[in-house]
Amino acid sequence: MKTHQYEVVVVGAGGAGLMAALYASRNAQTAVLSKLYPTRSHTGTAQGGVGAALGNMEEDHPEWHTFDTVKGSDYLGDQDAIEFMCTEAVQAVYELEHMGLPFSRTPEGRIAQRPFGGHTNNITGKPVPRACYAADRTGHMILQTLYQQCIKNKVQFFDEFQVVDLIISNNAVAGVVALQLSTGEFHVFHAKAVIFATGGHGRIWEITSNAYAYTGDGLAITLRRGIPAEDLEFFQFHPTGIYKLGILITEGVRGEGGILFNDKGERFMERYAPRVKDLASRDVISRAMYIEMKEGRGIGGNRYLYLDVRPETVNKYAALDGRKRPDGSPYQVTAEEIISKLPDIADFCRTYLGVDPVTQPMPVQPTAHYTMGGIPTNKFGEVVIDDKNTVMEGLYAAGEVACVSVHGANRLGTNSLLDLIVFGKYAGLRAAEFARGASFQPLPADATDFARQQFDRLLNNRGGERAAVLAQEMKSVMFDHVGIFRTAEGMQQALEKVRELRQRFENISVQDRGRVFNTDLMNAWELGNLLEIAEVVTVCALNRTESRGGHARDDYPQRDDVNWLKHTLAWITEQGIQLGYKPVTITKYQPKERVY
Amino acid sequence: MLVTLKVFRFNPEQDKKPHYDTFKLEAQPTDRVLDLLEHVKGIHDGTLSFRRSCAHGICGSDAMRINGRNYLACKVLLKDLGTRKITVEPIMGLRVIKDLIVDMEPFFAHYRSVMPYLVNSSTPPVGERLQSPEERERFDDTTKCILCACCTTACPSFWANDQYVGPAAIVAAHRFIFDSRDEAAAERLRILNDQFGVYRCHTIFNCTVACPREIEVTRAIGEVKRAIATGRLD
Repeated sequence: MKTHQYEVVVVGAGGAGLMAALYASRNAQTAVLSKLYPTRSHTGTAQGGVGAALGNMEEDHPEWHTFDTVKGSDYLGDQDAIEFMCTEAVQAVYELEHMGLPFSRTPEGRIAQRPFGGHTNNITGKPVPRACYAADRTGHMILQTLYQQCIKNKVQFFDEFQVVDLIISNNAVAGVVALQLSTGEFHVFHAKAVIFATGGHGRIWEITSNAYAYTGDGLAITLRRGIPAEDLEFFQFHPTGIYKLGILITEGVRGEGGILFNDKGERFMERYAPRVKDLASRDVISRAMYIEMKEGRGIGGNRYLYLDVRPETVNKYAALDGRKRPDGSPYQVTAEEIISKLPDIADFCRTYLGVDPVTQPMPVQPTAHYTMGGIPTNKFGEVVIDDKNTVMEGLYAAGEVACVSVHGANRLGTNSLLDLIVFGKYAGLRAAEFARGASFQPLPADATDFARQQFDRLLNNRGGERAAVLAQEMKSVMFDHVGIFRTAEGMQQALEKVRELRQRFENISVQDRGRVFNTDLMNAWELGNLLEIAEVVTVCALNRTESRGGHARDDYPQRDDVNWLKHTLAWITEQGIQLGYKPVTITKYQPKERVY
Repeated sequence: MLVTLKVFRFNPEQDKKPHYDTFKLEAQPTDRVLDLLEHVKGIHDGTLSFRRSCAHGICGSDAMRINGRNYLACKVLLKDLGTRKITVEPIMGLRVIKDLIVDMEPFFAHYRSVMPYLVNSSTPPVGERLQSPEERERFDDTTKCILCACCTTACPSFWANDQYVGPAAIVAAHRFIFDSRDEAAAERLRILNDQFGVYRCHTIFNCTVACPREIEVTRAIGEVKRAIATGRLD
């Protein structure tokens, strides 16, 4: 077993991890551990844009972005952190451009911006172009650019190293344990500071936009080590995933003028969000779509609706809406313009649906997309472990795995890419600063025991259960009962099923007995992470008796600020899952009714 | 529909030589080849090993040879193959580690060798550096690369000698050479002005055919050759 020593270890090499590594490595010896080659990270699939109030197309202000994010969070976001993020946003986006990010450009040569759901001019209430974009592959460009900068700055990478445990010594961070996938060997990384940037856990649900790799590893590891998770009941279902596949069709399609239709050819969002219609917040639209389909207005009675971005449709409704281009001329598009702005979407539609989006409407359904909850942090990326925001020394988190909370109960589009670059940067800066002044904690003699036990158990089982079978049962029950609309009865059913699956998980057999790239064993370990998180998500969802943002209950359909304007904290203990709460930080904006 | 899936297998811990396993499976015409592999792994043979992540053609993890040609396994639908007999093998020119997993290190080493990052030593403005839409368009195609290796491992010159830097690395260089904000074009052209740089490209076009992002790879290599030959970027 090999031991390495670095002052800062970053776990995960997506946008947040790479940003953290760039900043940490300037001042401290840093290593990045990732279970994937960095450019395979899920950041690369983000399409629509990164939100920042540059005001390049129309008047905009960070204050408006802040309010929109607070409102978008259904007033559960911590307003000091949100204001921090939206104010940092402008410089953060310029910094990306200075690093070489190839943004699309306006005729004047500035960074191009497009409208996006929930982002408004706060005076008129109409959509404002705030999403800074690079065609429809903004995430890909951010990931590539950050990776390139890491190469330029000679950041140290350990690729295809799966982190499996956090080492704690004297109540502080001492490092991580990782499995080298190509050899099956355990490695200990002795560190002063550890930054988790391991992404989300959408693979719990059947229809998801998330990559296979999104199995909540960082969250499961910290939960197992007694660190709480925050707000796990809040999971976002993105309105427009390709029917049955769940592959994401960016909100940017609606930003360019795409419209959602039901079986009657009706622009139904007019009824649910009269002012911004198809550019309402994602949870509002997903719920609207669910209701439309439940009431029988899905296309042909099926569980999908149409997203129509044919030029004739876009132009008809743009004229009705009075939409204008920045120079004041009416917003009218051609098929060429749509394809040139959304080339990747056109490619998905042709590849997977045999549909050309400028000649046929796209069949879409809501898809499990993003976790608002995660490892609790303050606005500097420091992990906080109780309701008083006590900092855990040397532990940091950034990106989707973290809960700052800037997204509260629902995240606005373009705010995740922003989250990565702002909080990735600060987690990296803080971790390096901490490392400068701290000593290494002693490594316990049995540092790898806990991880080895988990893997030995999986390898030595002869129980006969198959990971793939258990996974399918989990995904199915979670999508049906802990999805867009929840009831106590359904969630209770899901909880019992997940608990049964966790029992059966103890009897999983793994066929592959090898050490080199034992993907069978890794898939089983990842399933264990998903099951553990699924149970916590369900318990938290059952517990919160209100509807807010991405957590919508048929049996408690109203938002209840009197009893529930607070964050949920969940711990896994010997006695089971324990819950607690912490207050929401409210600075400028008192909660109001959320209408679009 | 019933399909026959033949998969290349090699277990470095047990096998001296590779062999093929055959599975007969029920599948939908709209299934991806990746879906078949996942099904086999989940239900029939857990030891089958392959890389994959996003499953929709963006991350580049699952480049494989399917019926003799390079594709991303998640972008090929069964109905596009026009046959019910599907053979899946690892991409060529990189050492096979296990089953469909190959050693990507030499590929990434070639990528790093061309300075694949923006070089601009001037003080940046407070806001963005300006770039016109035309300047942005000049290098748009080569920004699309996802480093999947379909191009480089489809290239007969690369198969003949893996010291060739390969199409993907040249695409990465092109992206910066023709970016108006970059200042190191001359240096990258010097790096590629080498027998194992652009000159191993014999305009075979396999790369362009193989690219799942539809990048005009051969054209990009040609533009780099022209820049070396003329000393100009226009």
